[in-house]
Formats: sequence, C-alpha cells, structure tokens
Amino acid sequence: MSTPLLEVRGLRVDYAGSGFLRTRRHTVHALRGVDVELGEGRSLGIVGESGCGKSTLARAVLGLVTPTAGEVSWRGWTIDTSDRARMLQMRREVQVVFQDPFGSLDPRMTAGASVAEALDALEGVTDAATVRSRVAGAFRSVGLDDGFASRYPHELSGGQCQRVAIARATVVRPRLLICDEAVSALDVSVQAQIVNLLADLSRRQGIGLLFISHNLAVVRHLCDEVAVLYLGRLVERAPREALFATPRHPYTRALLAAVPAPDPRVASRLGTVALAEEGAGLSPAAGACAFAPRCPHATETCRRQRPEIEPAGDGTVVACHRWRELATV
Amino acid sequence: MTDASAGIYAGAWRRLRRNRAAVAALCTLAALVVVSLAGPAFSAYSIDHVDWSLSPLASPPGTANGHWFGTDGNGRDLFVRVCAGTQVSLLVALLATAVSLVIGVAWGATAGYLGGRVDGWMMRVVDVLYALPYMFFVIILTVVFGRSLFLIFLAIGAVGWLTMARIVRGQALALRRLAFVDAAITLGLPTHRIIARHIVPNVVGTVVVYATLTVPQVILFESFLSFLGLGVQEPLTSLGRLVAEGALEMETAPWQLLAPSAVLALILLCLNFLGDGLRDALDPRQR
Amino acid sequence: MRSTPGSADVADEALLALDDLRVTFDTEQGPVQAVRGVTLDVRAGECLAVVGESGSGKSQLFLACLGLLSANGQTLGSARLQGVELVGATERSLAALRGARVGLVSQDPMNALTPHMKIGEQLMEFVLDRGHMKTPEARARALELMRSVGIAEPEARFEQYPHELSGGQRQRVAIAMAFMPGPALLVADEPTTALDVTVQAQVLDVLRQLRGQGLTTVLITHDLGVVAGLADRVAVMYAGVVVEVASVVELFESPRHPYTAALLESIPRLDAKPGARLASIEGQPPRPQERLQGCPFAPRCPGARERCRASEPRLEWGAGRASACHAPLPGGWAA
Repeated sequence: MSTPLLEVRGLRVDYAGSGFLRTRRHTVHALRGVDVELGEGRSLGIVGESGCGKSTLARAVLGLVTPTAGEVSWRGWTIDTSDRARMLQMRREVQVVFQDPFGSLDPRMTAGASVAEALDALEGVTDAATVRSRVAGAFRSVGLDDGFASRYPHELSGGQCQRVAIARATVVRPRLLICDEAVSALDVSVQAQIVNLLADLSRRQGIGLLFISHNLAVVRHLCDEVAVLYLGRLVERAPREALFATPRHPYTRALLAAVPAPDPRVASRLGTVALAEEGAGLSPAAGACAFAPRCPHATETCRRQRPEIEPAGDGTVVACHRWRELATV
Repeated sequence: MTDASAGIYAGAWRRLRRNRAAVAALCTLAALVVVSLAGPAFSAYSIDHVDWSLSPLASPPGTANGHWFGTDGNGRDLFVRVCAGTQVSLLVALLATAVSLVIGVAWGATAGYLGGRVDGWMMRVVDVLYALPYMFFVIILTVVFGRSLFLIFLAIGAVGWLTMARIVRGQALALRRLAFVDAAITLGLPTHRIIARHIVPNVVGTVVVYATLTVPQVILFESFLSFLGLGVQEPLTSLGRLVAEGALEMETAPWQLLAPSAVLALILLCLNFLGDGLRDALDPRQR
Repeated sequence: MRSTPGSADVADEALLALDDLRVTFDTEQGPVQAVRGVTLDVRAGECLAVVGESGSGKSQLFLACLGLLSANGQTLGSARLQGVELVGATERSLAALRGARVGLVSQDPMNALTPHMKIGEQLMEFVLDRGHMKTPEARARALELMRSVGIAEPEARFEQYPHELSGGQRQRVAIAMAFMPGPALLVADEPTTALDVTVQAQVLDVLRQLRGQGLTTVLITHDLGVVAGLADRVAVMYAGVVVEVASVVELFESPRHPYTAALLESIPRLDAKPGARLASIEGQPPRPQERLQGCPFAPRCPGARERCRASEPRLEWGAGRASACHAPLPGGWAA
C-alpha cells in the first residue's frame, strides 16, 4: 500500500484563552487528538456540527494554525511552517476553497488578478501572455467565460465568486483541494452546480478532496469516505456506503436522523433521535466519552471512561463502548 | 450585469459628484490654490516690499493703490502675504499629513495584521507617545534644531501619525479575519506582500477620508504654533502667523485679521465637507 | 383572483391576505423591484411555507407587510391582516400590530436577544410595556412558554443572560418571546438556517407542536427538507413573483412549475444513489436589479420557448393549486 498523501496523527489544537496572564480556564480545545488519512485522488468528507473542530482541522492541514500536539504530514513530510521553501512546495500541491464566496476574494482585485496572483506566488509565472492563457484556461475549466477576468467580486454572484475561488485554487494543478464548507453559503440550485464542478475537477485532474461540511447529503454525493467529528474528537470513520447504511456511533445516527427529508410523507413520520439539549459551554467530564451527556444510550462506563477508536468491520472505525450492542438495535 | 466593469473608485467618484457640498468644496479649494499661486503675479508688490508711500503704513483695503487686502503694520501688501501664507499653510499641511499617513499606515497595518504580542507592543508605543505632551516635544525640537519649515512639518507629522495608526490598526484587525487574507497565506505570499497588496489597499478608503480631516487639524496646529511664535520664520509667513499678527491689531486695523482668518476658515470648511463627502462615497455598504 | 373558483369555504378565511403586493427599493442605480406583484392568502390555522432563493423577494415580502423595510423601500398594493390594511398604515398602528398580533422570529439567534438583559426580563418586556399583563402573570406565562418550547430548567434560565445559552436555546427563547403576547400569526424567517442540524431538528419539533395547537405560521425558508416536515401549503417564489402554490404533498409529488421540479431534483438527498451526479439548473437566479423580459425563469428553463421569453405568465389557479407557467408540467408544451 502506497503512502497516503495526507496523514494526520494525534492532532491536538488548543486556542489559548484571552485575558491577563493567559489563564488556562479559557483555553478552547478545538481538536483533541484526531487521526485521519487521505490517499491519492480520494475524497474524504469531514462532518460535524459547530464546535467539532472540522474547520480547525482544515486550518491545521493548511498550515494556518500550529498544532499544539500531534502532526500533519504531506507526502511523508511533517508540516513545519518555519521551513519556507518546503511550505511553498506544499502550498503548490494543497489548495483551499473557503466558505464565504465574496470574502475569499480581495474586493479590490479583479477576478483575473486574483487567479493570476496564485500563478505568480506559487509558480513564479509573471510573463503576461502565459498568465493570460493560464488564467483563461482556469476560468474555462470552472465554466466561466473570459469576460469574467475583468470583473470585481461585488459584480459577481455567490456562485460565480466561488467558481473564481476554485479557479484560483486549481490553476496551479494541486494534488489536494480542501473545501471548507465551500457550498454552504450558496443557493440550493447553485450548490448543485458547484458540487458537480468539484466532482468533475476531482475526477478529471485527479485532485484529492478534503470536503468539510455539516451537510451530510452533499458529503454523500461527493466523498468516498466520511469522518465524523464531535467536540474535537473522531467518533466514526467509514467508507461512504457503510456510514450511511449502517452508522455505528449514536451521534452519527442522530445526525442522520436529524436531516429533514425532502419528502412530506417520510418527514412527518420520522421522529428525531431524542438528544438531550446541548448546553452552552458544557464541557464533558475529563476522561469520559464526550457524547455521554447527550447520548440516549449512555451508561456508567461511558461517563467514566473515554472510548478508544477501534475497528468495526467494513473499513469502519468507531469510538464507542457499546457499538456492538447498538448495531443490533 | 447592470454594473459596467467599473472599478471600486469609479462608483465612488460618481457618488462624490452627486454630493453638492463636496463638489463645491473641491472647486473652492482648487480655486484657492490657483489664486494663491497665481495671485501674486497680478499684484505689483512682493511679500516683503514696504510701501513707504502710505501713511500710516497700515492702510485699509483699497483698489486705487493696488492693496486689495490692505497692508499690515509694516506697510507690506496683505493680499500677496495672504497668498504666500496660504501656500505655506497648505504645503505644511499636505506634507505633514503625508508623513503621518506613511508612518501611520505602515505601523497600523503591520500591528493589526500581525496581531498578538507584536500588536500589543506596537500599540503600547503609540499609547506612550500619545501621553507625551506634544507641545513640549515640539518646543524642544525647535529649540534644538532651529525653526525650519522642514522641521515644523516633521514635528507635526510625528504627532499626527498616532491617530492614523490606531485607525488603520482597527481596520487591519477586521480585514485579517476575512477569508481572502487566509487565501493569500495559502498562496504562500510572504507577510510583507500580504500587508502591502491586500491590507493597505483595503484601508485606503478610511485613510483618504481621515487624511482630509487631518489636514485642517494640521493647519490649525501650525497656526497655533505660529500664534505662540514658534511657527515659520520671517520673511516666510503662514496663515497662522498672519492671524497672530492681525489679532494684535484687531481694534485699529481689523482688515489685517479678517483676510487671513477668512481664508483659513474657508479652507477648513471645504476640507471638512470634502472629508464627509469622501467618507460617504467610499462607504462599501453603499455598493 | 384570490380564492379558488368554486370554493365557498368560509372556514378557510384568510388571516393574512396579500393582493398584488409590490416592493420597490430606491437605489442609486434606479428603482429595484424586489417583489413584483404577489397575491396570496395565509389561511387561519395553516403553516404556509414560502420557498425561494436569493433575489426571490420572500423575506422582503413579509418585512413589507410588517412595515420593517429599510428607509428606501416602498410598498404598493394591499396586505390585510384580519381585515386590517397594513400597506400605508401609520408606524404607530403597525407597531401596535407587530408583536401583539404578528410574531416575528428571525434567522440569527445570536442577535435576536439583547445581550445585556436577562432572559426573563426580555420575555416579559413587551407585555409589561404594553400593559397587557402584570408582572406575576407575565412571569408565569414566560415560564410556561419556556417549558413548552423545550427549555429545561426554565426558572434557572429566566435569570440568565443570552450569552450563557447555546444557539438552539436562544432560538427557542426567541420563539417563546414571539409568543408571549399571543399573536395570531407567526412569521418565521429562516428560523433554523443558522443552527446545527440536530438542534434544527429540535426547534422544528417545537414549531410542529405549536402548529398542532392551531397556530398560523408563515415559514420562510430555502430548505425544502424543512418544508416537507412542517408545512401544509407551499408557495414557491422566483425573481419577485410567486410561481407555484400547492399543498405540500402535491408540490413534492407533482410539481407543475419547471423551477419547482428542477429545484426538487437538484437537492442532494440521503436516499439518492450515493455518488450520483446532482441534477443542476444552469445559470443563477436573476438579481433584483436586472430588468426582466418575459418569464423570469426562461433563461434557465429546459422547456423555454419564444412565448416564454415574450410574455410573463400569470399565476393561474385550478383545483386548489396555482402555477405561473405557459406550459406547466406534467407534459409541458405537449399538454
């Protein structure tokens, strides 16, 4: 088996608390030890709700935030933001599309200039003719015609801005594209276009996808494998079919049950998995299962001891004490 | 798209044109500059020529003798002196503002972008400098280095950059959070390029507005210095000096105060209107 | 034409009756029409979902009814709430209606509540201010409402500040707040969009319960899943007009307007074939600034013909539902 392109091992990211003397009390543990990996040309979906750390994971992989512990490796090299030369090499191969289509483009630069900047910064291409043709090529690959190069972000729609962002990210032919909620801020009809575009690009150019989203249905369309995060920890990771057909972790089940089905007959019948109300600032007791306070199946063991990640068949791994019993429920 | 491929500034210019007060202010300022530069050419007098033919030396405005604004206590033509004073005041104001702009923007953008401890220290420096009594500081400078025009605008600029830095730092902090800055980092751009290419151009709007509002402050400050006797040296004059001199003769020769004060007030008024107009025109929410 | 021909249902009287409602904004590019003539009824006791994407005008429509448009907005036409005309009403009378007869729940739970006031104070503020109740009665009602929207330990929460509550809890408090004066109509503008999906499910449960108690709701949303679980009838808006109105089952099973059909097909679903390509609609919704000729959906409609580009179809009613299309599905032009 070849080395996976991306390897994340034991990643911990803490955001220091504010305040005089930086008292520990306010430290936010965004990620508490997460392992994921991604092979060449594969697509991995990271799902979870607010506070699960999925965006932090993206930022750590991109080198935008330094891990408190653990490591992120790209093609065998541990990411070290102080090594400028190798970081630049990595950046040529790992690119990103952010959530806010308008916010991710400099309002004072034209669409063409934003894409050209990527060529200049990452490949050092400055020759006007080359830049122009590469930019035009990138625009075409995302379905925008040449006229868009001279437009400013405020003149474009959300979907068009996002296409420009994708053009900027793919003009340097990266090996991995990280999408941080890339379609969440788009209209439904435009979302479908961008999802298809991402799927096409990934297939045609062999680009791997790390797709972060809270929308399980979209993830199901795009990703070969799905990882579910809860409060900074991995609770389940499985190939797509396995996760959606037979979810093992109670949280995964709750997530799937909570998605409102666009079918009135199904929707009115389906109850929600009774989850206890989430509390503001409710931190799980140290050493216990993070999901225990809300889990309908929690036992004393769950409240005392944190479950470790273990294989659960079909290429699935899950962190739950009771997954075997619950599988038969 | 209904918007023709217009740049950010084209829309702003259109909005500014619609603001009648701002347009009037701009025209007035332009006229003032033209007159102050070209005016003396039309007068028979120079700024230090003493007209001995007048008695008393200080004479009121009159068209017959060509002293359109009258003369000052030493018999020198006021119109020419006011023109010269306007030139100096505007020059000092522009240069001082430019100095404070360059230092303030660089300092503020860097502090705001880097954030954290660096930002903390950089802004503590600003706080400390703010606390220093600047008058004291300026007086020491003039005593040590003598009273050159160069020094005056340096001193004013050295003080003026503080507020500019604070304002720019606030903007930079807000911009830092936006996704396009993160995008620039993921493109591998080095910090100084990000600040120069992405932060500074996006604070230009605020900076321009603040600069037009700083210029009046600078002129006033220079006038204050002149009033105290610390401003420009003879034979150069500034509006402030003229006002100071005119104030002394307020009761006997009111025209000596009236002319320079009127011009000063007019400049300040125009700059304020222009600044307001620019702020509205450049407001991104209007787009 | 407002009601269906042949329907003599007096019981189904309209709580809120909109008649050719138009909303225009005065911008520096000229007048922009956000809503271009909407005629719609909200019947007592029903949950009407108003579905649309950006530029459809769905939010502006109801903001206009409540007199909450920004200063450069103008409302024309008619909107009658329980017989009282809202368009052109004085700010005073509108203020009296807002809160008392119409409750509004907005999208953002973070900003819906005043940060410096305790939850209990905010809940009671409106009714105490208007003199509807005295404090002990208001407090009892507030606690009861908090319980009914599923907030655990309401007495404790009563004394807390908004920042001590989670997003879901804040939204529930916002719903309770909208209910305090006992309004006849609840307008919920994207009430769960900003919430996590598990929290959304709980808030939707609350809304379902309230609907079960006979509350009339207008649910403004772009999420068809939410619509399927909550609404009785659905009105689909596109480019400032209503393009389809139908009962929720009819809409999902047999949409008449090509936009509705295309929208339904383009939603990613958990029960679709995994990894399948999403059926997408080309182009994007027209922006309110664009001047439209003919049917607004024509540029994106796979079945568009000359007639569609030449004249804008009107909303036509039949058998309790309506659509605005020259060649409604099924069958399209062949029919």
